[in-house]
Amino acid sequence: MLVLLKALIQLPGLSGYEGPVQRRMRAEWEPLSDEVRVGRIGSLYATMRGSGQEPRKSVMLAAHMDAIGLMASELVDGFIRAAPIGGLDARVLPGQPVIVHGRRDLPGIVVQPPMHILPEDLRRKPIPLKYLLVDVGLPNPARVVRPGDLISFAQPPTELGEDVLSGHSLDNRASLVAITECLRELGRREHGWDVLAVATVQEEETFAGAYAAGFELKPSVAVAVDVTWARGPELPEHKTFPLGKGPTNGWGPNMHPGIYSALEAAAKRVEIPLTREVLPANCGTDAFALQIAGEGLPTGLISIPLKYMHTPVEVVSLKDVRRTGRLLAEFVAGLDADFMDTLSWD
Amino acid sequence: MQDLIKKLVEAFGPSGKEDQVREIVRGEIEAHVDEISVSPLGGLHAIVNPGGGTKVMVAAHMDEIGVIISHIDENGFARFHNIGGVFPHTLVGHRVRFEENVTGVIGVEATVKNTDAPKLSQAFIDFGAGSKADCPVHIGDLGAFTRPFVTLGDRYVAKSMDDRIGVAVAIETAKRLRSTPNEIQFAFTTQEEVGLRGAKTSAYGLDPEVGIALDVTKTGDTPKGIKMAMELGRGPAIKVRDSGLLSDPRVVDLMVRRAEAARIPYQLEVLERGRTDATAIQLTRAGVPVGVISIPCRYVHTPSEMVDASDVENAVNLLQAILEHPVEL
Amino acid sequence: MGLNSPIPARPSAAHLRLLKRLSEAVGIPGSESEVRKIIRAHIEPFADELRTDAMGNLLVIRKGPGRRRLRVMLAAHMDEVGFMVISVGSEGELKFETVGGLDPRQLLGKPVWVGKDRLPGVIGGKPVHLATREELKQTVKVESMAIDIGVSKKETAEGKVEAGAGATFATPFRRIRGMVRGKALDDRMGVAILAELLEHPPEGIELQAAFTVQEEVGLRGARIAAHALNPEVAIVLDCTPARDLPAWDGEENTQYNAKLGLGPAIYVADARTLAHPGMLRHLVHTAESSGIPYQIRQPGGGGTDAGAIHLTREGIPSISVSVPARYIHTACSIATVSDWRNTVRLVHAAVSGLSVSVLGR
Repeated sequence: MLVLLKALIQLPGLSGYEGPVQRRMRAEWEPLSDEVRVGRIGSLYATMRGSGQEPRKSVMLAAHMDAIGLMASELVDGFIRAAPIGGLDARVLPGQPVIVHGRRDLPGIVVQPPMHILPEDLRRKPIPLKYLLVDVGLPNPARVVRPGDLISFAQPPTELGEDVLSGHSLDNRASLVAITECLRELGRREHGWDVLAVATVQEEETFAGAYAAGFELKPSVAVAVDVTWARGPELPEHKTFPLGKGPTNGWGPNMHPGIYSALEAAAKRVEIPLTREVLPANCGTDAFALQIAGEGLPTGLISIPLKYMHTPVEVVSLKDVRRTGRLLAEFVAGLDADFMDTLSWD
Repeated sequence: MQDLIKKLVEAFGPSGKEDQVREIVRGEIEAHVDEISVSPLGGLHAIVNPGGGTKVMVAAHMDEIGVIISHIDENGFARFHNIGGVFPHTLVGHRVRFEENVTGVIGVEATVKNTDAPKLSQAFIDFGAGSKADCPVHIGDLGAFTRPFVTLGDRYVAKSMDDRIGVAVAIETAKRLRSTPNEIQFAFTTQEEVGLRGAKTSAYGLDPEVGIALDVTKTGDTPKGIKMAMELGRGPAIKVRDSGLLSDPRVVDLMVRRAEAARIPYQLEVLERGRTDATAIQLTRAGVPVGVISIPCRYVHTPSEMVDASDVENAVNLLQAILEHPVEL
Repeated sequence: MGLNSPIPARPSAAHLRLLKRLSEAVGIPGSESEVRKIIRAHIEPFADELRTDAMGNLLVIRKGPGRRRLRVMLAAHMDEVGFMVISVGSEGELKFETVGGLDPRQLLGKPVWVGKDRLPGVIGGKPVHLATREELKQTVKVESMAIDIGVSKKETAEGKVEAGAGATFATPFRRIRGMVRGKALDDRMGVAILAELLEHPPEGIELQAAFTVQEEVGLRGARIAAHALNPEVAIVLDCTPARDLPAWDGEENTQYNAKLGLGPAIYVADARTLAHPGMLRHLVHTAESSGIPYQIRQPGGGGTDAGAIHLTREGIPSISVSVPARYIHTACSIATVSDWRNTVRLVHAAVSGLSVSVLGR
């Protein structure tokens, strides 16, 4: 599991350009499922058939493959100016090692230009992205880099303390690993429903992959798997969750209360700590899109606590990843032929 | 093509009232396509080679920014709300036209300093009426800005290059298209300026396999311009990204390959703020791989939007080169 | 119209009771259960088909006579703006967030109902004596407010309320002569109208009634309801603010949105929809030929379920008609009985006469 997660976070896979991650996930899911294919805009769909009688119900487990990063927007006197892909805090960028995916991969560094050549009023302030530059140490990078080329973070993964991994793109490759763990377990146990494991594209931008997958696959129910804010210094306690103490179960208008309850019951059965995460409006994950895809899907959301989200040094507890996989497997195995009849908003 | 552009940019077509533009487009394109129909939101669908090969939707929006009357006061001055991205600093002294050739001029409350941009709520339209009863418009009437088309050297200037120039490129391409192995779905869409609405429903109805939007993009080639590698006259732009879209990399590659094979100049576009119909098309049904051919344009959403004639010509060449070959990703 | 209309100009006692129960029901986005139950009980006898979908929309079909019937979707949203409890504090206070567009200046010193059991609570404020001059000039932020349910221990509070519970203002409904006053008239007024239209269905069409969820958080329920029902035309019944108060400086109020008592407000344009021109003509023509008062809502911001419905599938010709009400999205809104009744009459008349020819461009 650690090997897979480390491999995944080292693959470039920015929103819209998830190819490398998609190919790796395909190799991972092919032996675990009955059929694997790629959707029209690049999401990966793996089907694992259940043992129930046809027509069988199906449950979608979806996690997004894409990661945040940068894109070259202009070349200026041997430097590269960049635009964000996904929600980035420019304050973490100065000094970050990156890889510029030009005609060949180029190592580079995001640099903060000296103060005397920046606008006067920025002297003591964080420098917005439009003033930062990427230096690849070449006299004329225009020969190998063009506007539109991708720039991904290059911090290598680091194992910290006990059972904790740090690196970029753990949002949301950690969830892909959890779904993989779930498929592995389901390979060894009975489940009546078909399982549709989905690795979606472009969550960080438009939820495009989730809208498309929900519309195309029309599962009976869907569960999005994503990351949530882990507790840390100066963060509000009621919106954060301790690292290593289990995943969270989304509660709010984007989540069907019946799916919430079924996930909660599954967690109790296997004694996994599962905390309610109250999300009063847009939950900001693929669940937001899955719920309103086509004629609508009863949707749930499981999230893995993650520290320092959207920085190149995100931190996750591997124990939480394993628990999430086990929880999902238990949830799926517990879905019986009558489950849909019990689903109610009241 | 200049005559066609002039006719299109001078037509009246604020979002929601694209009928005049639609009839011009219909007249121009009808003889060059196999099927033609109007969508529930008023868009025009013109299909070439139905049933053949990959279904490629080519979208250009017919609508332009404008105004809508919200109140008429006792002295006959009309207050208005914007339709689409109307910049208040472009308003003063501008003229607006309504259906039936009613024209009014925009004034602002005298409390607004000459050095400040007014708020929209401080502006009004004067129709030369002396009282509420004489005012020739009603609450809910749609208007659009008016300004004649001019050429400046190799450049075209008009009020609604955004996106009549895209409409012109689509029409001209349909006329020049020799043959195509694809089913080409020209979609002249509506209500783009108020939120990409017509493209969303057209894409659902046409169910394309690939989508290409034609629209204008900003440039960084004016004094203290935005930080953007985009110039007038350097060729049409192949969009990689804007604030609502990551173009499908396979479509970008295809466009670049066709441009290079046909020796058509092109620029690669990374636009920080702005969206096109492609965003709506990409999110339709099970998702659609999309790309955008942008025509670089200075002073977007002002009365004088400027494009370069050679960029327009090369946009037609590029689109033609793409559509005449199999569109396979 | 006139004498032949099955829609009475005065509300029946039953319809007033229905509106009262709807207005007093607690139903923030995602927790519309109570509203759904009230409607369901009321309209079940009139439904040919009835179902609750994946998000909780209540979809009801009433077929008219004849074979080729125009499928007409009428939609009204069940949810209201309100609060959701995020966590229970150490002294039993309930920390909350607002759901939907609520002005934080409207919250201090209001009684609320919390959760399914409608537990009473209050949103307290600091005593004026203890507030500094600077504080008195600032809007109190929602983060520093809490709902007090009268317990002092976290454990006691947790025994009564769970994090994730919904809450709304606690405002009893009243009729005061020609006015009705209550919370959530946006859009329980529309819901009551739609329920009445199911009882007295317009003729010659298939009525697809959609009582939608989650309108206040992005028109989410209407989107999937329209996709499933696939109507040929849609009318949204909502409640629009009447901001028809005098300006402080005596200048003409040019941004009133709609005015109380002038009749149903017909939409031309809001931030999410440009009304279908054929439907706009049809509604205006119906009102004028039947002698029903109407007003054109001022074009501008805001949005209704039509914003989602008209963009569904290949595009659905849509328009909105609203009852004007003052002070919506606050603890207490006011509407007139005549606007309410005239809205029912207008929609009934307009839909009864509806044919495909109206939908041409």
